[in-house]
Amino acid sequence: MTATDQLLFEGADWDFRTLQRICDACEQVARDELGLDVYPNQIEVITAEQMLDAYSSVGMPLFYKHWSFGKHFAFQEASYRKGLMGLAYEIVINSSPCISYLMEENTATMQALVIAHAAFGHNHFFKNNYLFKQWTDADGILDYLEFAKRYVAHCEERHGRQAVEHTLDAAHALMSHGIDRYPGKKSLDLRAEEKRAGRRRAHEESAFNDLWRTVPTGPAKSGAVLDVERRRQMLGLPQENLLYFLEKTAPRLKPWQREILRIVRHIAQYFYPQSQTKVMNEGTATYVHYRIISRLHEQGRLTDGNFLEFLQSHTNVVFQPEFDDPRYSGFNPYALGFAMMQDIERIVTDPDDEDREWFPDIAGKCDAMGVLRDIWANYRDESFISQFMSPRLMRHFRLFHLHDDPEDRAGILVDAIHNERGYRRLRRELARQYDVGFIDPNIEVVDVDLAGDRRLMLRHTVVKGAQLTEADTKRVLQHLADLWSYDVSLVEADASGTVLKEYVANPRKVAAAA
Amino acid sequence: MAIHIVDRRLNPGSKSLENRQRFLRRAKALVQGAVKKSSQSRDIKDVLEGGEVSVPIDGMDEPRFRREGGTRDMVLPGNKKFVEGDILPRPNQSGGKGRGAGEGDSEDTFRFVLSRDEFVDLFLDDLELPDLAKRKLAEVESEGIRRAGYTTSGSPANISVSRTVSRALARRVALRRPRPEVLETLEAELLNCSEERRAELMAEIEALKTKMRRIPFIDPIDIRYRRFETVPKPVAQAVMFCLMDVSGSMTEHMKDLAKRFYMLLYVFLKRRYRHVEIVFIRHTDRAEEVDEQTFFYGPASGGTLVSSALQAMHDIVRSRFKPADWNIYAAQASDGDNSYADGEVTGRLLTDMILPVTQFFAYLEVGQENGLSYDMPNSALWTLYEGLRASGAPLSMRKVNERSEIFPVFHDLFQRRGPQERTAS
Repeated sequence: MTATDQLLFEGADWDFRTLQRICDACEQVARDELGLDVYPNQIEVITAEQMLDAYSSVGMPLFYKHWSFGKHFAFQEASYRKGLMGLAYEIVINSSPCISYLMEENTATMQALVIAHAAFGHNHFFKNNYLFKQWTDADGILDYLEFAKRYVAHCEERHGRQAVEHTLDAAHALMSHGIDRYPGKKSLDLRAEEKRAGRRRAHEESAFNDLWRTVPTGPAKSGAVLDVERRRQMLGLPQENLLYFLEKTAPRLKPWQREILRIVRHIAQYFYPQSQTKVMNEGTATYVHYRIISRLHEQGRLTDGNFLEFLQSHTNVVFQPEFDDPRYSGFNPYALGFAMMQDIERIVTDPDDEDREWFPDIAGKCDAMGVLRDIWANYRDESFISQFMSPRLMRHFRLFHLHDDPEDRAGILVDAIHNERGYRRLRRELARQYDVGFIDPNIEVVDVDLAGDRRLMLRHTVVKGAQLTEADTKRVLQHLADLWSYDVSLVEADASGTVLKEYVANPRKVAAAA
Repeated sequence: MAIHIVDRRLNPGSKSLENRQRFLRRAKALVQGAVKKSSQSRDIKDVLEGGEVSVPIDGMDEPRFRREGGTRDMVLPGNKKFVEGDILPRPNQSGGKGRGAGEGDSEDTFRFVLSRDEFVDLFLDDLELPDLAKRKLAEVESEGIRRAGYTTSGSPANISVSRTVSRALARRVALRRPRPEVLETLEAELLNCSEERRAELMAEIEALKTKMRRIPFIDPIDIRYRRFETVPKPVAQAVMFCLMDVSGSMTEHMKDLAKRFYMLLYVFLKRRYRHVEIVFIRHTDRAEEVDEQTFFYGPASGGTLVSSALQAMHDIVRSRFKPADWNIYAAQASDGDNSYADGEVTGRLLTDMILPVTQFFAYLEVGQENGLSYDMPNSALWTLYEGLRASGAPLSMRKVNERSEIFPVFHDLFQRRGPQERTAS
């Protein structure tokens, strides 16, 4: 603990030595007092323009080329130029080493906040949360993205930009349905994945012999045998991972198209944990930066002025407008997450009778960080909220639950409010808002009409009467049919099995030929 | 644990450029429509400025499976007065916050900025220019030649004597070619010297002479030619006269066609000349020089005397634009009306005063929207110009109902440049 009473910086200016000092100071607090366990950190200073670039390719430092990223870039650039939108202070990437991008415009205080937030808060969460451990491969992701970029470029060279673009469009449309929701047999190893793809390609190339094309193919297998083989292949049904299903079974896809579907699927899978842990992830990072910076101030390493600047940014970040505020646009994950983390800290260290009744496991355990680290490792948003949302916090946010049934002409029912009768229902409903099972429509491949016209049959299980929007659905099905290259039908049915609506899409000629 | 801090600010930026180009290519039809709209509303000189366009989002959306409707449950913060069991009236607009907040694309249109080149490119595309013309517009005109160092080959006319001689001198010095003065002194000594010395001297002189023969005074490798390069034409100025009939018979559509015609000429001139001035002359039965706003949108009424405009142009040329210093281009747009008595004056003015000083004179006869150009009966002005052209006057003329028909007026302009360029290069 040398030089703890020295100021890290004064004023707003910083240089690279300042950053280094800030990092070291943050690391000391993070490791010794919060007990965080992080990937090695890599901090990169970038300009606003580079930040915009990163925005448009979903925050990743390298990505394959596609027009939709250009669209996002044009949109974001325009709104940034007009001043409608500020840029994020940082972007952090779940990789090892964990890369945090800092904007050069940030003041020294902001850099300290951002380093504590991203390089320690998010980083710890990425490394320890079970979803990330299960679904992402932090060591391999950058290499895999590099491979994906090269592979897509290579395909464009070989098969033409148009064809690759078609395939990517279709894959993107199905991206949210290219996810395995249940852990498979083996964990994902992206490096091996990349090597495997390379080997497969090399083998195909070395084994290529044009003569084979000229060898006459006899009536090798009878229809019955084929049928059986097919059926066996289909055993995976019903399958909710549409991209996986297409990659493995679509009859007329080229090998490179399958590989592209695979790439899009892997990337969707990589982002899957992030969409399930927004509240926890931001809550953790916000809680960590709050603890670290406050501690640095206590140690006398931040001036009061800088600390006030920090508090102002921090307060903006965790601001939660109320539902009738024009600024309201849903729950702010920073606000909700941070409030819950603080509340848990309070329950652990200074519980009242209510807390003891609701949270017998953690109330009064005294080791706040131990409890929090355990929560960070083992929960996702839905389970986190349904376990740890306390009555006190519901009163603090003044939560209420609305039930809107369009059949009910009278209006919208207030179903529960923050009182003794309502706490559990409120908590259940709020948790459900974060449950991926409810967020994404549940669409599965149920069968393929093998005897007939090879029609691919999908079913959307309608929950609470919410049906698919027609225009979008038709377009997505069109993409799906192009990949499948035979007809595709989608049935919307409710829980009782009543069919509400049916779509059919025919493949386009061009796509079938491509 | 070491923390790496990397400064990425100097890394090449605009990683998204490629994606952006892909997006523009894909959205071409939409962006083109936007460019068209934007170019209608801007001034001629601004056509080269690039700028912001807005594009309807739905042609470019990325579809996903989305749901709507059904019963909805939400938990909201900030309860003030509700208790369980209250029934709240529905807000009037159905589905106020229907769409998920996760989708950032819910705006109906989105605006973005096109660079100057992107804009002009799309603008020209919109006029349906042939590719050759587009290339000509896009490339920097190569005209005029400039000295560009020396070369070892070339035509004898281009030999650089001084450079050749100095190289020869350097070579002679380097190879120790005997200087003539040395030879002269030896030969002078030869005239009066002893016998044995004579033989010595003879041998020495012979050796020197052989060496001089071996090392020529000027060798082919010394020769250097002046090299010339064609370069973009240096500062040049052009003036563009826009003449337009603004009598009541000109509709908005006709004026819009005329405006595009002027814009195209302006783009063309701007690429060739560093400085381009535009003079707007509108006329009814008398002509006046006006600003662009008045030219296109100002109200005017009266009969039609084309000669008044030509006279006004002639006066302006005489007072402000000396033909020796300025390249003069004129573009006239009209619906073809002219009073019968004016025909002869117009013809004379044009052949005697205007055409001799202009590089290019184009006449655009604009017709009704959806009309067919070959259906238009020949107007008074058309007949007059046709006659002049038949007798050899260099006029470009066209009847136009649609935007795509504008370009052929410039056909002559581009074609005339073809042979010129070939001889220049």
